[in-house]
Amino acid sequence: MNWTWFYKLGSPKWFYETATKILSWFLWPGVLMLVVGSIWGLVFAPEDYQQGNSFRIIYLHVPSAMLAQSCYMMMAVAAIISLVWKMKLADMFIASAAPIGAAFTFLALFTGAVWGKPTWGTWWVWDARLTAMLVLLFLYFGVIALQSALENIDLASRATAILVLVGVVNIPIIKYSVDWWNTLHQPATFTLTEKPAMPAEMWIPLLVMMLGMYCFFTAVALMRMKNEILLRERRTKWVQTIISEGIKQ
Amino acid sequence: MSFETFSEFLQMGGHALYVWLSYGVGVFILIFIYIQPILARKSIIRDLYQRQRRGSQSAKQANNEITQDKQVVMNEPKA
Repeated sequence: MNWTWFYKLGSPKWFYETATKILSWFLWPGVLMLVVGSIWGLVFAPEDYQQGNSFRIIYLHVPSAMLAQSCYMMMAVAAIISLVWKMKLADMFIASAAPIGAAFTFLALFTGAVWGKPTWGTWWVWDARLTAMLVLLFLYFGVIALQSALENIDLASRATAILVLVGVVNIPIIKYSVDWWNTLHQPATFTLTEKPAMPAEMWIPLLVMMLGMYCFFTAVALMRMKNEILLRERRTKWVQTIISEGIKQ
Repeated sequence: MSFETFSEFLQMGGHALYVWLSYGVGVFILIFIYIQPILARKSIIRDLYQRQRRGSQSAKQANNEITQDKQVVMNEPKA
């Protein structure tokens, strides 16, 4: 097998240039899908026969909750790569993705609370899934804090990677909480194996929102990684060229 | 279209507060996580540029600073 791509991927310079090139392929389609999906969900999707119009929060709630968890899983993969191969970029990904993951987790919790009020009659319950999501938010905060608390970069990246891996336990708990325990939270809207229990005009905009959210996440993560690369590779010649060119703009 | 009039759309069948609060906060957060790295990039480039200039003035002194952690760059007062 040809492993050169793996070594290339480990080169911050190559990554920086590639990220610059592909960033807009994700950013604008992502924004477009988010706009189209929101309008579709807010205006054209039929109202829910039980929940009325408050169900339209789903188009924001489900994609952000999904992203919050996928972002954590991606960080876990990066943590393994960072621990095993000491790849700098994997560590930079963790540092870049954690704040975005925290933002999505917060958004999922917030929209969930606002949706819970008209549906369950309460903003918050100590329900298994809600609590596990709150734990996820604190895990993100922990990763962000640990990353910046340690002066030594090597030590910081190792400690962060270990924290990320320990926190992975929480992800299956979030996912299966609605099956394992009797919870207020409704079960998954989408599963890979079954047809969605809602009409197409309701779930298609949800799918558009999810795809848009993933593209948007990719673009923003790349933007943040580029910043991390500039900071950590500031001693290299190519970064110094970028800096002296960047200041003129 | 599931609303007859625009004001019906705004009222969301009595759930206006919940729907618009969610989407308002959602839009705010998405814009924030998009703008934040753009601003960070500007300040990183400014800081590193000043470091570079000082570095060429007294290479040795700058070299000592540069070997310190990235936090130093980030916490430096903006000039």
